[in-house]
Amino acid sequence: METVATKSQKTKTTMSGAAALVNCLIREGVETLFGYPGGAIMPVYDALFDQKEKIRHIMTRHEQGATHAAQGFARISGKVGVCLATSGPGATNLITGLADAQLDSTPMVCITGQVPGKMIGSDAFQETDIVSISMAVTKWNIQVTKAEDIPAAVAKAFYIAKSGKPGPVLVDITKDAQFEKAEFEDYQTCDQIRSYVPNPKLSEKALDQAAELINSAKKPLILFGHGVLLSNAKKEFQDFVEKTGIPAAWTIMGLSALPTSHPLNVGMLGMHGNYAPNILTNECDVLIAVGMRFDDRVTGDVSRYAKQAKVIHLEIDPAEINKNVEANVPVLGNCKESLTALLEKANENQHGEWLARFNELNAQEDEKVIKDELNPQADEPMSMGEVIKHISNISRGNAIIVTDVGQHQMVAQRYYQYANWKSNVTSGGLGTMGFALPAAIGAKFAAPNRQVIAVIGDGGFQMTIQELGVIFETKVDVKILLLNNEYLGMVRQWQHMFFEKRYSSVDMVNPDFQMIAKGYGIESEKVTERDKLEDSIHRFLSHEGSFLLEVMVGKENNIFPMIPTGASVSEIRLE
Amino acid sequence: MKEQFTLSIYTENLIGILHRVTTIFTRRHINIESITASESEVKDIHRYTIVVSSEEDKIKKIVKQIEKQVDVFKAFYHKNDGIVYQEMALYKMPTKQLSQTKEVENIVRKHHARLLAVEPDFTIIEKTGFKEETQELFEQLKPHGILEFVRSGRISISKPMKEFQDYFTEVEQASRL
Repeated sequence: METVATKSQKTKTTMSGAAALVNCLIREGVETLFGYPGGAIMPVYDALFDQKEKIRHIMTRHEQGATHAAQGFARISGKVGVCLATSGPGATNLITGLADAQLDSTPMVCITGQVPGKMIGSDAFQETDIVSISMAVTKWNIQVTKAEDIPAAVAKAFYIAKSGKPGPVLVDITKDAQFEKAEFEDYQTCDQIRSYVPNPKLSEKALDQAAELINSAKKPLILFGHGVLLSNAKKEFQDFVEKTGIPAAWTIMGLSALPTSHPLNVGMLGMHGNYAPNILTNECDVLIAVGMRFDDRVTGDVSRYAKQAKVIHLEIDPAEINKNVEANVPVLGNCKESLTALLEKANENQHGEWLARFNELNAQEDEKVIKDELNPQADEPMSMGEVIKHISNISRGNAIIVTDVGQHQMVAQRYYQYANWKSNVTSGGLGTMGFALPAAIGAKFAAPNRQVIAVIGDGGFQMTIQELGVIFETKVDVKILLLNNEYLGMVRQWQHMFFEKRYSSVDMVNPDFQMIAKGYGIESEKVTERDKLEDSIHRFLSHEGSFLLEVMVGKENNIFPMIPTGASVSEIRLE
Repeated sequence: MKEQFTLSIYTENLIGILHRVTTIFTRRHINIESITASESEVKDIHRYTIVVSSEEDKIKKIVKQIEKQVDVFKAFYHKNDGIVYQEMALYKMPTKQLSQTKEVENIVRKHHARLLAVEPDFTIIEKTGFKEETQELFEQLKPHGILEFVRSGRISISKPMKEFQDYFTEVEQASRL
């Protein structure tokens, strides 16, 4: 590296594109990144070798693992998650993680190597058109073919990934651009793109209309989503809920934005959510959606969704307004700013009678579902719910819970008593099996002082099981709770309920998971008897370092309540 | 109800944006009837004109999805009565058809078409108008032997008087917030 001061007094440094890239990452505050090396990204790995003190590269065992680890890291740290991969198969392996981050608005920058510029289009070894392939699953992407263009592309990538509605961005850099030497000025971060409006200006009129509706509502209901967490509106949201006295229900992406035990937290929305908030969505007079996007898993049949209610939608992305549910009062803007403004305009209030309706319905759900799920009869097999209950009690609701996708995901989110802000990491929109293990690794790197528990089923575990290698190598302290029912439980439940119990390809022929853990140097226990469960969980959670706890749970337990596909939220079934 | 809509989309002049925009249609199984792209009245900003048939509710959502793209400034949609629009068609005919009879010449005159090039072997006729007009000319020339035919995508200008420059200034100011 060679630094010279030019006549204009601007310091210019000569270095390779790869070294410039690593400098850019350091200047963006990246200290940890996830990736996998290969031919077309080798100059970047070479440059990382020189900066080991400043930037730590975690080598996952598959590029998909790198994306989920970066997502877990981003979701907990609030920073941009960063991934590195080579061209061709390395790049295509990122697609699932990009799609997941796109649907769950997770800030992520993926950098891929590409074959040298002059070979592009020649079907060269490990060449794929990753810019075209990733277009549908990125917020923005770009190919860079000259070293001098790298800093501006990286600056733009980070700005786009984290601003407005966050999302994944891909920067594809040809190998010759990585090698090429160029003169670089001091790195400039990006803070504006002329065609891009990430933060819509708050409309005073909309805020007034919203406040008027909120203040005159008799039976209002708040639905909160990821936007509360993404905008860091912890205090603003809780203050708003408490001042207005309005019951608040969460989407799985909004979970942990308000403690589970909060008296106004009325539970989970949607397909396997709680009885009361689903039923009462179709009884409330004003629906206040905060940073959520009315996903079909939340709304059920949208033509019979909250038709009686006036809808207020606090949302940063104009494309989400009226996309699935018509908003009477759209409030465009960052949730934190909208909530701050609304907090002032909203009156102090209490909705005792209306809250009592929730309690009535809660009692029904408790009687028909929750009691049995959390305290099965002695002769019944262990339930996922009772395992989560003990995990929750013993960890005092303080852990970060990272879930995979399926029955265990619903159970963990329904029954873990989240005490702290930003403590739930899950694949919500895309429903990516295999998400939890690498995402938990990323979450732990983001919050080394917090307990991180990955809750995984026996199906999803085997989709990214190779990431146990990262735990083995880095000794990262991720606790793995494997809820094993020897089935693809959610698919089996649907086959049970809607396909006349014709169980097609859901029976899992599983390996010995303890033996696999042993191969990776990870201690483990397997629980098959209820009377051993609590002691095992104590050992699991107090163990120093990673630990696999496999619990054999009831094979054919179904998750209730449930809104069958095509049904309305108020048709939610308790059995 | 399905209707014809014309979308005008203003974008940065960068590689890949056209692909991002067109996949918004293909993902929703909407066929693009015609597409035209060129530089707009503002330097370095490109304008796409896209014609599709769909329902207005869908089109509204699509316009928002297009505007959501980082490098897109603004997207508008219009029904046919909200715009003035034209298409151009070129017809390649054997020159001997024109020299031997008066018929082709009469058709060309009647349609206010013009001769763009006359070569010993072939003649190129140009006609600007609505699709129905260029199609009618095509039907009439067809018996006389059309060697080649091409029609451009629609270009259109909206009737409302607000200029893109004003929108451009608004977006640029909002991007600084």
